[in-house]
Amino acid sequence: MRRRRLTGLVLLFALLFLAAVASIALGSRSLAPSTVYDAVRDGLTCQGGPFSCPAQTAEDQIVRSLRLPRTALAVLTGIALGVTGALIQGYTRNPLADTSLLGLNSGAAFLAALSMYLFGFTMAEQYIWFAFAGALLTGLAVFGFSSIGGGKASPLSLVLAGAALTAFLQAMTNAIVLLDPAALDTYRFWVVGAVAGRDAQVFWQVLPFLALGSVLAVVAAPGLNLLTLGDEVARGLGVHVGRSRALGLTAVVLLCGGATAAVGPIAFLGLIVPHAARMFTGPDFRWLIPYSGLLGALLLLVADVAGRLVARPGELQAGVMLAVVGAPFFIALVRRRKLVNL
Amino acid sequence: MNVDVKTTDTQAVSAGLRRVRPALRIGPVSLVLRPAMVAIVLALAALTFVLFCVDIAVGDTHIPIGRVLDVLSGGGSRSQRYIVLDSRLPRALTAVVVGAALGLAGAITQSILHNPLASPDMLGITTGASLGAVSVLVATGGATTGFAATLGAPLAALLGGLLTAAVIYTLALGRTATGEFGATGLRLVLIGIGVNALLMAGINWVLTLGTWQDAARAQLWLTGSLNGADRDQFVPAAAALAIVALVAVGSARTLAALRLGTETTRSLGVRIQSQQAILIGASVVAASVATAAAGPIAFVALAGPQIARRLLRTPGEPLIGSALIGAILVVGADAAARTLFPMDLPVGIVTAGFGGPFLLYLLVRMNRKATLS
Repeated sequence: MRRRRLTGLVLLFALLFLAAVASIALGSRSLAPSTVYDAVRDGLTCQGGPFSCPAQTAEDQIVRSLRLPRTALAVLTGIALGVTGALIQGYTRNPLADTSLLGLNSGAAFLAALSMYLFGFTMAEQYIWFAFAGALLTGLAVFGFSSIGGGKASPLSLVLAGAALTAFLQAMTNAIVLLDPAALDTYRFWVVGAVAGRDAQVFWQVLPFLALGSVLAVVAAPGLNLLTLGDEVARGLGVHVGRSRALGLTAVVLLCGGATAAVGPIAFLGLIVPHAARMFTGPDFRWLIPYSGLLGALLLLVADVAGRLVARPGELQAGVMLAVVGAPFFIALVRRRKLVNL
Repeated sequence: MNVDVKTTDTQAVSAGLRRVRPALRIGPVSLVLRPAMVAIVLALAALTFVLFCVDIAVGDTHIPIGRVLDVLSGGGSRSQRYIVLDSRLPRALTAVVVGAALGLAGAITQSILHNPLASPDMLGITTGASLGAVSVLVATGGATTGFAATLGAPLAALLGGLLTAAVIYTLALGRTATGEFGATGLRLVLIGIGVNALLMAGINWVLTLGTWQDAARAQLWLTGSLNGADRDQFVPAAAALAIVALVAVGSARTLAALRLGTETTRSLGVRIQSQQAILIGASVVAASVATAAAGPIAFVALAGPQIARRLLRTPGEPLIGSALIGAILVVGADAAARTLFPMDLPVGIVTAGFGGPFLLYLLVRMNRKATLS
């Protein structure tokens, strides 16, 4: 089993590498693999980082200032969103849990739009912190509201609370961007969820948060394994339930907040990936979390590349592509009663 | 011993019979008279009319309510007649019709699906309608007159809403817990949430396609606005509402039976699937037409029926009461949107402002009861 999982991991790495090469090479102007290799090699050996290296040719320019940052951002946020999905589904014991269905995305969108309106922000590196805070506050609110009264946050009440808060925050966001055309113009390109057109600086900004979040996720994995047996059993086995939950929520907010701030709200990725990963790893979170991360990166890259290819010369943003793939998947999950009752 | 039991049973039954309310019977139609309820409904109708007059009275030029009534009954000066009849009356009428349609649509879906959160806006039906209209608004790029502006967007909205509902309903069909074929309420709600997310992504994408002016126009519409509502919006909406209301009131008995659960309903001789489909169809038409006329006005379809149920103390969501509350909410919010704030806000912002907290209250209540399915 262990051997099979390790082989799977190696295979995933290989696929991810291929997808990354495709992401650098393909687009409205496709590049030969040798050009890509040269441009990336020069970029990596260059002083001052791969994204800001002076370019000799037009191809170099495309690779270094557009495709390379875009690919790196897709890998980074894909990992974050995949891991977030696994964590959320684990902690809520809810197979339907996803950052967008729980309202975290709309919370991030609301505060991002608010900051664009209040402070006239147009750059991702400016509104990123507000998106962060939005995801955090909404996460707390959804868990809070779905656990008032009944005492525990049941899977269904979580999804419904998320949908409800999403509707409210969406309306408020609409109101804000309506007051200010400039904010709307920034907001509408962020809210679709895309890895294109984001500054390379965004990558460096969110990197520390996503790295920290990933480390916390790995640390949380063994405790999460025990928590899925139920709070009582976990407590009996010596898990500090509250502390373990706090650790998980911190990781979720760091990962989801950082990723959403960087590329906009991307729905369904965190929903699909853990289900796919579980088919290879089984329920063990120590394996599920790295698998989900790699699968998330792979899926986001593929969605981004596919979006570039299907709508040439324009493009469909990765967030839109994922919604097109993800919604049928969610519906299939709902139709399989067994999973809904997990 | 047996005899004793029988006597007490009979006594209990006759005691129960004596408590039964007076009924009104005309041929096959029978109605239970509940004086308190009738009084509340009349009061709500009166309140709707008062708010309707207030909505006409307020604005850049304030016209006293007495004067408004005067003009409506045929009097008033020329300029007052122009302001009231040509400019503000269509808007206020649209508000009433849209509110009533949303309230009715919400009452039907919530009754059938046994879930206070199952309103057309949660299920993605208004989102589908919005996607249709926004696509037309962006594709025609700035057309403010002509076919695209007057008919295209509303028609696209209606089609979008109907199509979305058909897709959600079809997807929700399947074996239910009891092993029969049908669409369960819970599955409809969850699939609706999924479809809603997909449609939302579609809207966000369409908004990136046009210029920022297109986006701004579409965004104003997406917020739910009565600005510029005139006869073109009002007439089709009113006609659709009338038809839907007839269907709904005609099926009120079925609706009451459906509330008791599928088993009981079937034993009462109701053909569940076809009746459900007709009622959901009526509700979808009402919600789509309302959305076509004024954009997706948030939370009215959700909150209206719930407020009506609490006010009238009925076991389910009352149809007429919900329609009246819906009208009150939209007309009141429109009047408030134009007077309470330094700038003219779209009505949807005001309804969302009070709808959000109400929704959270509902959630907490539902958790208390802990019966979601």
